[in-house]
Amino acid sequence: MTRYLRLTGQFVVILLLFSAAAAFANWPIYRQIPEGHAVIVLTFVHGADRKAECRTRSPAEIAKLAPNMRRLLDCPRGRPAIYVELDLAGKSIYRATLPPSGIASDGNSRVYQRFVVPAGQYQVAVRMRDTPRTEGFDHQRNETVTLVGEQMFVVDFRSETGDFIFR
Amino acid sequence: MIGAIRSVLRRGIEWIERPLDRLFGPALNPIAQLGALGFFFFWIVSVSGIYLFIFFDTGIERAYESVENLTNNHWYHAGVMRSLHRYASDLMVVMLVTHMLREFAYDHYRGTRWFSWFTGVPIIWLLYTSGITGYWLVWDKLAQYVALVSSELLDWLPIFGEPIARNFVSTGTLTSRFFSLMVFMHVAVPLFLLFAMWIHILHISRPKMNPPRTLAVMSLIALIAASLWNPAVSQGHVDLARVPAAVGLDWFFLPLYPLTDLWGNGAVWAFLGTFSLMLGLMPWLPPLRRAKAAEVDLAHCNGCARCAEDCPYEAIRMVRRSDGLPFPTEAQVNPSLCVSCGICVGSCPSSTPFRRSQELKTGIDLPDYSLQRLRELTVEAAGSLFQEKRRILIFACEHGGGAGHLTGVVPLPCVAMIPPSLIDFVLSKKLADGVAVAGCAESACFNRLGVAWTEQRFAGERDPYLRKRVPRNRLKTIWVSALETSRFERELAAFAEQVAALPEAPLVQLPQPIAASPSTEPRRVPEGTLP
Ligand code: HEM
Ligand code: SF4
Ligand code: SF4
Repeated sequence: MTRYLRLTGQFVVILLLFSAAAAFANWPIYRQIPEGHAVIVLTFVHGADRKAECRTRSPAEIAKLAPNMRRLLDCPRGRPAIYVELDLAGKSIYRATLPPSGIASDGNSRVYQRFVVPAGQYQVAVRMRDTPRTEGFDHQRNETVTLVGEQMFVVDFRSETGDFIFR
Repeated sequence: MIGAIRSVLRRGIEWIERPLDRLFGPALNPIAQLGALGFFFFWIVSVSGIYLFIFFDTGIERAYESVENLTNNHWYHAGVMRSLHRYASDLMVVMLVTHMLREFAYDHYRGTRWFSWFTGVPIIWLLYTSGITGYWLVWDKLAQYVALVSSELLDWLPIFGEPIARNFVSTGTLTSRFFSLMVFMHVAVPLFLLFAMWIHILHISRPKMNPPRTLAVMSLIALIAASLWNPAVSQGHVDLARVPAAVGLDWFFLPLYPLTDLWGNGAVWAFLGTFSLMLGLMPWLPPLRRAKAAEVDLAHCNGCARCAEDCPYEAIRMVRRSDGLPFPTEAQVNPSLCVSCGICVGSCPSSTPFRRSQELKTGIDLPDYSLQRLRELTVEAAGSLFQEKRRILIFACEHGGGAGHLTGVVPLPCVAMIPPSLIDFVLSKKLADGVAVAGCAESACFNRLGVAWTEQRFAGERDPYLRKRVPRNRLKTIWVSALETSRFERELAAFAEQVAALPEAPLVQLPQPIAASPSTEPRRVPEGTLP
């Protein structure tokens, strides 16, 4: 009798322990963003044009090069950095110079930034410079969007067409 | 500082472990079986995992449906299989954390034992990687959360050419290549985990890899019951256009994920790096001061291999005889594995205190605490009891509850260092009326196997036996932890009373050569043998 009583006691302890483990396997709920908030993600992978930094060699320079290396244009191997700005409701929330990736700085620039904002209507403006110019922008988009709670709003850029995509 | 943390933690663990000793008995106590339970859960996870994988669709488009299908549409056992898979993994985490804290609290991680500790650190990473990739595969809201946070964490490291988190936001470029990588990792990493678990116990002789059957059966039934009570379910299909804002987290595998929001990714990596580094360095913070390793004296070794059988640390190998004596093998100690517990001294048939030679020699001995010294201290401690009414001689493990007792104590690195013939010697020479052997708590022997070997030798189940002629009513084993000193005193007093009821053992003169040797020089207990 006492043997069964003991076994029962032992089993109850184990059961309680395991049930506690099972309970914490998906509870309590974790809220990543407050209720009624949305997330804006600015993300793209884009390489600034190398050609923009090309320089025309003078005939004298060309003459100095080995015959198989004689090209008119002298283009640097690395890409220039990209400059990007994101405004929300007229206020700047992100501006950054995105360096090219890779050891030789010849890879794409990339960005991935998350912003948590209350749901609502916003003027979203994004601008980007991917040429050596220091003023003005090469690509931009400015639109009013309505964000609902828990929406994931993505601002992307498609290099092939040179368009910003709002999704 | 670390010592203080250790002793607080030890109090905490023993506060749970000792009552469980009483409920389960030392052999069944789950807290003394944590490593074995870890292996047990691993096998449950493996079997249930293979079952789930048969019905799992590894493509990102159909993964969610396939999991839903096997949860809901299969006969109910599939849901149970899924729950078993999840909860047994969670219990592995519980086991791992408790096991680690316990080995730390009992100071089982320094000196020679650094190996088990050090190889435990990659196990943590492998177990967590296994679990996290597993949550990814379900491709529900939780998976989306895990995918986003994990990839943002990984993107913080300069490894990937483009942000992999982009794969998990709605960029119209959803590719399944990262998902496929996760499927592969969820199968491969557990294999590495098993390999690491095998390495982890390489230096441990007779590691407890299987829990006792009763405990295993109870655990399996409890696991199934918990699975039926709270079945593991998915949290809705991934929707890349929506934030997985509120998810039921697995707090065992994902406790750091919310921290990425609070601290930022860099700080989480810094924490993980510092934590792993600290953990890895623990065995040397500070290093254990250790007595010299055991040494074999070939002139007294007959190659019986008992010492190699009994060493809990795989420190002794039997090798080809090198000295021409007519035995095939001899014992060889690997000093880098030896913890100087003396268990081999207790197991060697040459360890007999009855020898009358001035210098007591044996096959294997501790240079810092020789058998000769042990006999001297025994005689000395017995002598100090001269005036007591009931002379109880105590052989006390320095890690157990008897170590702090004041009179008549012979301190030992482990009670299994006592050759059973030494007890015969004490009682047959009537050096004392009773002998108490005081070790650690039965489920928490500091030297892993010392309690078991002592019990078996006394019971005549293991060489070298305690001879039948030794009156068992004058011998008592007291298994209490260092924190249970009052329980030790109680048991000792009860034993003294029991001995008092026995017919008086007449006092005898100490035999000559032995009496002569200890009295000639002042005695000091070797350093490190006293608490
Ligand atoms: C899945 C995870 C793990 C499993 C299955 C496991 C299993 C085991 C087993 C079976 C033993 C032998 C116990 C015995 O027979 O006395 C052991 C010992 C040990 N484990 Fe683990 N272990 C795990 C993780 C860890 C971790 C993370 C650490 C610490 C960082 C650790 C530290 C130790 C130490 C120090 C010992 C040696 C104890 C001694 O020498 O007495 N283990 N482990
Ligand atoms: S002293 Fe202990 S660890 Fe060293 S060889 Fe002997 S039994 Fe093994
Ligand atoms: S127990 Fe003694 S005799 Fe036997 S192998 Fe070991 S050292 Fe030699």
